[in-house]
Amino acid sequence: MRRFFLVIVALAAVLAAAGWFLSAPARLPADATAGLEGDPGRGERIFLAGGCASCHAPEDAEGEERRVLAGGHRLDSEFGTFVAPNISPDPEHGIGGWTLAQFADAMMRGVSPDGRHYYPAFPYTSYAKMEMQDVADLWAFLQTLPAADVESAAHDVSFPYNLRRGIGIWKRLYVDDAFVMTHAGTAQLERGRYLVEALAHCAECHTPRDRFGGLDPERWMEGAPNPSGEGRIPAITHDALGWSASDIAWYLESGFTPDYDSAGGSMADVITNLAQLEAADREAIAAYLLALN
Amino acid sequence: MMLKAKTVTVAAALALVAPAAMAQDDFAAQLQARKGQFRIMALNLGVLGGMAQGKIDYDAERAQTAADNLVAVTSIEQSLHWPEGSDSFSIDGTRAKPAIWDNMDDFQSKWEDVHAAAMEMQAAASDGREAVGAALQNVGGACKACHDEYREPES
Repeated sequence: MRRFFLVIVALAAVLAAAGWFLSAPARLPADATAGLEGDPGRGERIFLAGGCASCHAPEDAEGEERRVLAGGHRLDSEFGTFVAPNISPDPEHGIGGWTLAQFADAMMRGVSPDGRHYYPAFPYTSYAKMEMQDVADLWAFLQTLPAADVESAAHDVSFPYNLRRGIGIWKRLYVDDAFVMTHAGTAQLERGRYLVEALAHCAECHTPRDRFGGLDPERWMEGAPNPSGEGRIPAITHDALGWSASDIAWYLESGFTPDYDSAGGSMADVITNLAQLEAADREAIAAYLLALN
Repeated sequence: MMLKAKTVTVAAALALVAPAAMAQDDFAAQLQARKGQFRIMALNLGVLGGMAQGKIDYDAERAQTAADNLVAVTSIEQSLHWPEGSDSFSIDGTRAKPAIWDNMDDFQSKWEDVHAAAMEMQAAASDGREAVGAALQNVGGACKACHDEYREPES
C-alpha cells in the first residue's frame, strides 16, 4: 500500500515537472535580431498594417491621438476582460526601456521581458509569422512616437485563466509560424498572405475558434461570433463575400461596401489604418481573399 | 342615449388601449425614417463613388446633383429620429447602440461632421473625378467615425 502511494506521488511529481517544463516561456533564439537595423519610415507601414493603434491608442482616439500608444482599450471575451497596455516609448510605463530582442520576443513569441506569457488577446499568434526585419522596423518607428506617462491597467481575468503559466501549453498547440495558405502562386498573393495572415491579423476575428480558444484553420475566414459584443463577424471568403477585387480594395480604402453601406464597429477602425497603406497592399489583400474558397 | 353609452364604451376602451400601445412603441416610424435617410445617402454616394472608382463615366452635372442631395439629407435635424429607447438593446430592427444616448452631444456633432464633409463634396463635385475621389474620402471618414462607435456589427 505504501509503495502504491509512493508511485502515485512520484507520478504526480513527474506530471507536474512535465507541465512546468511544457508551459515554460519560449523565447526566440538569442541571435534572432542580431545585426538588424530598423528603418522607422518602413516601420510606419508595419504599424498601420498591424493595427497597433486600434488597441493601444486610447479608446476613441482620432487623428494624431492614434499615435499616442497609452493603452486602455478593453477587449471583453468569455475568458475575461483584457486591457491593452501602454506601449509608448515611456521608459517607466511604456516599452522605452526594452531592447529590440525583448520586443521581438513579445511580438513573435508572446513573452514579456520578465519572462511571463502574454494573453493571446495580443495577436502574437499572427505576428509569429512576421519577417524579423519588419519587427525591427516597427520597433524603430515606435521609438519616434510620443511617450505617455500613464500606467497600464490590469486585466480582469478569473480562475483558471489568471494562471498565466498555462498559456505556455496553449501556445504549444496554437502558435505556429507557418502560413495557412500553403501555396501563394504570385508575388501579389504572397504579399496578400503576409498582410492578412501576419500583420493585419484578420483571422483573429474572422476565423472561428475551437473550445480552447485556438483558431480553427479548417474554417479559415468563415466568420465567427463577435468576441466582444453582439452579432457576428462576417465570413470573408470568396464565395461568402461575392465581391470583386476592386470592391474589396475600395472597401478597405473608403469604408464603402459595393452597395454604399459603410463599415461599422471594429472594422471601421481597421479601415482607418488600412486606408493609409499603399494601394498595392489593399489590392494584395483583395487577391488573397479571392483566392480563399 | 344608446349612442352616448356606445361613445362612452369606445372612449373607455381607447383609454385602456392607448397607453398600452404607447408603452409598446416599437419606433417603427423613426426606424424607417432613419434607414430611409441613410438609403438616400447610399444611392447618391454610389453615383459619386462609381465615378471616383472609374466604374461609371464622370459627369459634372450628375456629380453635382448627388452632392447637393447629400448636403440636403445631412441638413435634416436629427433629434426627432432618435427617441430614448430606440436602441439595439431595447428593440429589434436597429443596430443603433445605446451609447448614442449616453453621448448624444458627440453623436450629434458626428452627424454635423458628415454634413461638413457633404458641403466639401458639394464644392468639389464639378471639379472632376479626382476632386470627387478626394472629397469622398472625407465623407467616408465621417461615416466610419460614427459607425465605429455607435453602430452594432451586422448579425
